[in-house]
Amino acid sequence: MTLLTRYLEFMANYPVFRAFWVNITLTVFSGALALILGTIAVTMRISPIPSLRAVSTFYVNVLRDIPLTVVMVAMTTVVYFSLDVDFSGQLATDFYVGVVYFGQAPETSVGMMANFYLLAIIGLGLYHSSFIAEAIRSGVNTVPLGQAEAARAVGLTFLQSARIVILPQAFRGAIAPIGNTIIALIKNTTVASVTGVAVETSATMSGMIEMGPQFIILIFLTFALGYVIIVIPVGVLTTTLSRRLAVKR
Amino acid sequence: MASEESPVVAELRHVDKHFGQLHVLKDINLTIHKGEVVVVIGPSGSGKSTLCRTINRLEPIDSGEIYVGGKLLPQEGKALAKLRAEVGMVFQSFNLFAHKTILDNVTLGPRKARKQDKAAAEKEALELLDRVGIANQASKLPAQLSGGQQQRAAIARALAMHPQLMLFDEPTSALDPEMINEVLEVMVSLAAEGMTMVVVTHEMGFARRAAHRVLFMADGQILEEAPPEDFFTHPQTDRAKDFLAKILQH
Repeated sequence: MTLLTRYLEFMANYPVFRAFWVNITLTVFSGALALILGTIAVTMRISPIPSLRAVSTFYVNVLRDIPLTVVMVAMTTVVYFSLDVDFSGQLATDFYVGVVYFGQAPETSVGMMANFYLLAIIGLGLYHSSFIAEAIRSGVNTVPLGQAEAARAVGLTFLQSARIVILPQAFRGAIAPIGNTIIALIKNTTVASVTGVAVETSATMSGMIEMGPQFIILIFLTFALGYVIIVIPVGVLTTTLSRRLAVKR
Repeated sequence: MASEESPVVAELRHVDKHFGQLHVLKDINLTIHKGEVVVVIGPSGSGKSTLCRTINRLEPIDSGEIYVGGKLLPQEGKALAKLRAEVGMVFQSFNLFAHKTILDNVTLGPRKARKQDKAAAEKEALELLDRVGIANQASKLPAQLSGGQQQRAAIARALAMHPQLMLFDEPTSALDPEMINEVLEVMVSLAAEGMTMVVVTHEMGFARRAAHRVLFMADGQILEEAPPEDFFTHPQTDRAKDFLAKILQH
């Protein structure tokens, strides 16, 4: 038997595809959360109310300055164990089983896993929302001041100007930095293992290395290649969109 | 025709404003009557654009009072947005919403600030665009139009709100020379229809043709205030004589 066939046989014992699927779904949900929170943060940041600006600046700076691992560990140790925030209810469990196992629940403690999965989504979403906010803010800086002045001059309120005039142009100007943040997020989802997400690429990789050290190079290549395959389309999409959606002035 | 008896549309009382150390508006008092066309001229840095922008509070003032339609300009918020809807503004750099079509630019205010329904807003927008001569450009984006066309679209956008007062902040200064007239023509016809207008400009021909009153500003003060014929033939102050000599020489 060649090394490769022996490795493939070994790999079949591990949920490699499911692990990648978990990271992809973590990216989708925490990315959506980060976009929502980031948009709220940046709207507060450009608002005419000084206290909202201060809150947003504080939020972005604090989350950006804490290492991701600390945020992710805190999601279980602080949010779950100390503050007793628990997502193991029926709704959360159904969501987890539906997304990760397509409705086919495994025997193990699904409620607990759902809890960690949701905590990881929230942690990743919070952390990356600060980078998304900064990316959108760089997009806001590409929108000439006259656009906001014209919006106010026709009688739009601040929220209307932000929603209809400033943010749509800011997003188009921020596609490249938002794309970079999403790419970072894809890879950062591997930190979800410290929150307790067990079926996930970095946890799966660690398990495989432990049981099959003779395959170590192939194991690394498997996961490296997996991420490259996931990230390349995102990079291509970002570049295409930022070119196609650019606001012509 | 505007006269002292016409109702007051806007009034500035003892308005002062600083940009840091620079005193840009010094005790400005100004009353604008319905149907009046007031042209503000003066050298660069005289405060004329700032004066124009204080009237819809794009520039907040340090002290004094500004009334529009009899109401004191409110602080930033919904009430101010409502009052701004009553004041049309045309900018030097057009400032059309770059990601929206010309038609959407014109209908945005009526639909969002006035909650008008889409069909009615579009019907009126097309009439306005026709009036300024660019109805055939309605579905294009601003960047696809010439400067003169963009500025005419911006005028249509302001008119769509049925403003009590139109502010023009150097509307032709960013235009190529051959496009200035098409914009001035629209402004002259607006003036002829009795629109109340405050126009900051360097176009002396427009001032002579359309203005009821010319304000000459220098160093943050209104130095002269006269009908255009009087001002251009008999300027009172040395600053005004000097300014006119420089610009009318060529």
